Amino acid sequence: MADVVVEQGQAVRAARARKPASLRNVLGRKSTVAFFLTLPLILLIALLVLYPAVYSVHLATLNKSMQKFVGFGNFLFLFKRDTFWMVVKQSCIFAVTAVFFKALIGFIVAHFVHNIPAKGQRKWRGMLLVPWVIPPAMSTLAWLWLFDPSYSAFNYTLSFFGIGPINWLGDNVWARFSVILVNIWYGAPFFMIMYLAALKSVPDQLYEAAAIDGANWWQKIWYVTLPMMRNIIAITALFSLIVTFANFDIVRILTSGGPLDQTHIFATWAFKVGIEGSDIPLGASVSLFMVPILAVAAIFILRDVSKRGNEA
Amino acid sequence: MSTLAIDKAGPSRKIKYGSMSRDRAWALRWSYFFLVLFAIFFLTPPIYMLITSLKSSAEISAATNPWWVFHPTLSNYVELLTSNQFLRFFWNSSIVSLAVVLVTMLISVPAAFALARMKFWGSTTLATGVFLTYLIPDSLLFIPLFKMLALVQDYTGITLLNRWYVLLFIYPTLTVPFCTWIMIGYFASIPKELDEAALIDGASWLQTLTRIFIPVALPGLIAATIFAFTVSWAQFLYPLVFTTSVDQLVLPVGITTTLIKGDVFNWGQIMTGALLGAAPPLIIYAFLMDYYIAGLTAGATKG
Repeated sequence: MADVVVEQGQAVRAARARKPASLRNVLGRKSTVAFFLTLPLILLIALLVLYPAVYSVHLATLNKSMQKFVGFGNFLFLFKRDTFWMVVKQSCIFAVTAVFFKALIGFIVAHFVHNIPAKGQRKWRGMLLVPWVIPPAMSTLAWLWLFDPSYSAFNYTLSFFGIGPINWLGDNVWARFSVILVNIWYGAPFFMIMYLAALKSVPDQLYEAAAIDGANWWQKIWYVTLPMMRNIIAITALFSLIVTFANFDIVRILTSGGPLDQTHIFATWAFKVGIEGSDIPLGASVSLFMVPILAVAAIFILRDVSKRGNEA
Repeated sequence: MSTLAIDKAGPSRKIKYGSMSRDRAWALRWSYFFLVLFAIFFLTPPIYMLITSLKSSAEISAATNPWWVFHPTLSNYVELLTSNQFLRFFWNSSIVSLAVVLVTMLISVPAAFALARMKFWGSTTLATGVFLTYLIPDSLLFIPLFKMLALVQDYTGITLLNRWYVLLFIYPTLTVPFCTWIMIGYFASIPKELDEAALIDGASWLQTLTRIFIPVALPGLIAATIFAFTVSWAQFLYPLVFTTSVDQLVLPVGITTTLIKGDVFNWGQIMTGALLGAAPPLIIYAFLMDYYIAGLTAGATKG
């Protein structure tokens, strides 16, 4: 209905504008204006996002000196290497574990913030979002220093509880634990903010009704809060899955993939192979392995977004 | 009949007739207890940055309590803020981030206006495409972009690699899609009557945008600006790949590559540098927290 009204206004304007030269007429037309307004955006996306994305597929089919076409040669080479499978495994462990705990911690913290009087919520929320605000490269340096083997503040503190010095970043298992921990630390506040916004939108009457029916706190969460927040939980987790899966900063600064490539994920290994090892085609092939998982997550997000777009 | 039903339902489940206010008080106490625990977890690294930045190298290497500063000194700050190299990093970061914010706004605000209000052929597809672009991570594109820049250099002779200004072209790929997306959301929430009135009064599309949409959607604009600034300030992968000379580096890369010399970690200075590097986003956040959070949640809820 509203569209029709706009079109009418448009028609009036067009009728008035019919007198001047036709070039001005064309320039004033809605579709022409719209085209020029979106042109920079289209150019940017086409040249610096779409083209590189396609180009990386092309790169992945070349040999190291980029002179010869080798087809799937790079991929076949990767399949034969143990390091590659280790990277695949570690990327999945890293992303899934980190996203799960981010979501869990975010949910718990959001609940506690929601629980306290509204007056203090702003202060707590502000304090708890700090990890997300600090550039990850900077905060990871602080973690690197906290994990430092000889002067580590963590080991100093743990020694009081009789726990021996832990080689946080030098030991396989601990190094994997550390990179995931830092990622959780960085990402959990984002979940907290999203869930807090979602919690605020759950009507109080539902809880009152549940309370009258005799639901305990657990039943309220399970039967009221979670179903009401299902959408936002899913979309936040999918977003985070993409970002975590493609993470670079934290692993790069904390361990650079070590010890013995045990903590490499796709991005850091692609950097090591492609830029540091100057085998650009192989690096491109490694990073292309992120695409399937990213695509699946993107499809789900898109479905949700367009669904809500239709509702609105 | 109804009394019977109530009698039957009554004893079957245990109802605790406790004091509701007492339950509330306990729940509150537990909430605060856990919030304090989580706050400690979340705030330990930044606080530890601050603690270390106030220590001298001698105190850091001495086996004293790492959580306390016994002889506070500002020498790390003085040293970094008088070092040309560090100031250069800071300068590069500031120029790049501010310019990227400008470029982002110039691209995404008009585009968002067109996509939100001027339905044209392919506008919905384009809006979806913009959103999809936002989901493409930097770690997928850095290798082809690196090669592309090298090729441009070979063919045209324009040096792009190892120059800070190349980041002005690359960063918008990270900021523009998201900013356009949230601006579409903000613009779409403006009542249609407003721009209809403007059109009837004879305003052109551009006038509608500058006189009506931008002022009305100013909160969204601020949120988008903050987002663009913090993303460009924090970006680490692209500058690490595209710039190598010391005078071309931005802050995150500069700190990680120049302050760590081989195996020698000058932790006092590294932490000071990291804290100074984290300061601009933190200050913006402290003053404009509501806009910051609005931008954060808008991405997923406004769509």
